[in-house]
Amino acid sequence: MAVQIISILLSALLTENFVMVKFYGICPFLGVSKKVDTALGMGMAVTFVMALASAITWLANKFLLIPFGLDYLQTILFILIIAGLVQFVEMFIKKSMPSLYSALGIYLPLITTNCAVLGVTLLNVQNYPESFLYSLLYGIFAALGFTLAIVLMAGIREAMDETSIPKPFRGFPIALITAGLMSIAFMGFSGFSI
Amino acid sequence: MAEKKSFGSVFINGLITENPTFVQLLGMCPTLAVTTSLKNGIGMGLSATAVLICSNFLISALRKIIPDKVRIAAYIVIIAAFVTLVQMCLEAFVPSLSASLGLFIPLIVVNCIILARAESFASKNNPFLSVADGLGMGLGFTGALCIISAIREFLGAGSIMGVELYGTHVQPATIMIMAPGGFIVLGLLVGTINYIVSRRKKGE
Repeated sequence: MAVQIISILLSALLTENFVMVKFYGICPFLGVSKKVDTALGMGMAVTFVMALASAITWLANKFLLIPFGLDYLQTILFILIIAGLVQFVEMFIKKSMPSLYSALGIYLPLITTNCAVLGVTLLNVQNYPESFLYSLLYGIFAALGFTLAIVLMAGIREAMDETSIPKPFRGFPIALITAGLMSIAFMGFSGFSI
Repeated sequence: MAEKKSFGSVFINGLITENPTFVQLLGMCPTLAVTTSLKNGIGMGLSATAVLICSNFLISALRKIIPDKVRIAAYIVIIAAFVTLVQMCLEAFVPSLSASLGLFIPLIVVNCIILARAESFASKNNPFLSVADGLGMGLGFTGALCIISAIREFLGAGSIMGVELYGTHVQPATIMIMAPGGFIVLGLLVGTINYIVSRRKKGE
């Protein structure tokens, strides 16, 4: 059991990092990675949403959809649950951390359309249909992987602001190329398992 | 302003002027993830186009009925319903494509292009123009996916549409069809397009 949990942690964080290897959640990864603080805030918000979403969708799938043979409604039900959760997180952050709220701006409601969140819930019901604990842990670890990638990226982009980059490549294109190089680094972890 | 919009102009706007991938930079996840071969790129592009046309049409037809406060939730339900339909069709008729696109078919729900068009176009225009917009944006997206996936498949697997182009003595650069290749090809393409656009502006 402990071994299994560590192996889920390693694969979600490094070998199958959600952003660098599996391409989930690229939009916020590129959009909110200009400053380390904001990136960290975004990562935390996504972690919170993904943990809650993993738990609730797993329960909804097990006790609502499967007993009634409604598996084909997974996508619709899951996205509704996620949209509701994001609304809740948005209200929470607005009240408790107004500065983070204004820094995240438009990207906060857009967590709903972060494919990492819907992706993890759909992966969970595929991979761990029987284990609530593993689903929840995979959700949390995958979100930490997302946070790791976005914070690293923000660090690089902060340093990159000081350098002179050819004009057509400023902003988005250079961010993509940087992400490509980071992705090569993450490939170094492939095959790494216990 | 409103009368000026014709089916053709809205279509071209989506296809080229405001190309969702290269100009608006929306829908990056599927753009990077499925463009490992031209076949996948076309399959993904057409599936998204089908969803986009249907959802644009329905959202535009219902734009006066949907209350403003719950509009995003309503749009998401409509989009998710069409995505489920497309998913079932793909599973039934082209199981191999469905298997290779995998999770990215249900993830069309959260493709920013579709929600963005619903919010910024379909909710303000009539169904006829919305279909034009859906078609233009959808084909713009498909075209972009085709370009990226053709480059990646050619460099990374040495083939186009699964047809081998050069013999065994040339070793293709496998990295191009792996994750880093996607980022790098798209970054270079967007940079090149920016360069061409800025050169043109200078020439004017």
